[in-house]
Amino acid sequence: MRDEPHAHRAAPPAPVEARVAAIESVLVEKGLLDRAQVDAIVEHFEHNLGPMNGAKVVARAWVDPGYKGRLLADGTAAIAELGFGGAEGDHMVVVENTPTVHNLVVCTLCSCYPWPTLGLPPKWYKAPAYRSRAVREPRALLEEMGTLLPPDTEVRVWDSSAETRYLVLPERPAGTEHLSEAELSAVVTRDSMIGVERL
Amino acid sequence: MDGVHDVGGLDGFGAVERVPVEPVFGEEWERQALAVTMATHAVVQEGAAVFRHGIERMEPAHYLSSSYYEHWLTSAATILVEAGVTSQAELERRAGGPFPLSRSGRGTTPHVAGPRLEPRFAPGDRVRVREWHPRGHTRAPRYVQGKRGIVTRLDSPANLPDVEAHGGGQVPLPTCSVRFSARELWGDGGAEGEAIYVDLWEFYLEEDR
Repeated sequence: MRDEPHAHRAAPPAPVEARVAAIESVLVEKGLLDRAQVDAIVEHFEHNLGPMNGAKVVARAWVDPGYKGRLLADGTAAIAELGFGGAEGDHMVVVENTPTVHNLVVCTLCSCYPWPTLGLPPKWYKAPAYRSRAVREPRALLEEMGTLLPPDTEVRVWDSSAETRYLVLPERPAGTEHLSEAELSAVVTRDSMIGVERL
Repeated sequence: MDGVHDVGGLDGFGAVERVPVEPVFGEEWERQALAVTMATHAVVQEGAAVFRHGIERMEPAHYLSSSYYEHWLTSAATILVEAGVTSQAELERRAGGPFPLSRSGRGTTPHVAGPRLEPRFAPGDRVRVREWHPRGHTRAPRYVQGKRGIVTRLDSPANLPDVEAHGGGQVPLPTCSVRFSARELWGDGGAEGEAIYVDLWEFYLEEDR
């Protein structure tokens, strides 16, 4: 009798590429998926949405105190002033970092993220390591990711488990007084607007 | 449901693996997975709650060993099969091998008094998250159930996912942000100077007297 130690195990799944192609072919054949329309939407994600939008919001807040006030009072409306809004950005709250408060954004249940201002989330934001630890040991996690906070700085973690999406307003770095608004936006990083980095 | 997706506070996942520069889509199939997901939403006309619950019903080992876009395509395929648009056999024939779907059993719709737009709580109110561990979909993470916090911000009413995910229609209820101290959530393991704000439907909350 031949030894077949793995015969009782289920066969491995078809490659993920083959599985996604299978669904796509079903939808296309049934006329339920219009490739051109979908390509346009996917390109919108790739080219129009991303942290460059959030960076413009932050730079404006740094140079215009009136705008900053409106941004903290009604994030959705103030972000719309710069032309950004839409799905996963309909209910925006902007949380401000100060010398005594540091903010960090997470979605422990899935990967909710402010698409209009930050685009689609990076892989690590969606991974269990970040999602599990951000609410349990945020200060230690930040230190591990290269951001050491003063001991008396309060850490506020925002778990976006309902409809609100969060954007962190980082502190304006020292030595940037001479920079224009456009130059300032180039200083702002995606990670600083999630809160895992200080500028 | 106390599912494998509800990872807040779990230990053992190790370091966060961050890469400096990451393309929006690492591979072509990820772009296709987004497209298929959007098309599925359009076909089935179901909201985010149904889609998220489709991911949460994945076999736990599959969930943990697959990337986010594989979660998406698994939920999309499950929803299409459950809606009768296609069948698992047809998908497997086209894929040339097994096509794991999420588990059946979509949970039950909880009893809710009905839509309400007026908030019951105000900022500053002390609340306790109900502890009920529903078998179906919820957006009340396990790590805050039974915990005490303070309402800090009122948000717009939104459709209760616990009902919508199970085909119970749209029941808008107020939502709010609740502040919890790390000590409240993690006991002696929680650090001073750390607070966790969680956005919750009022359906999940009760007065903390």
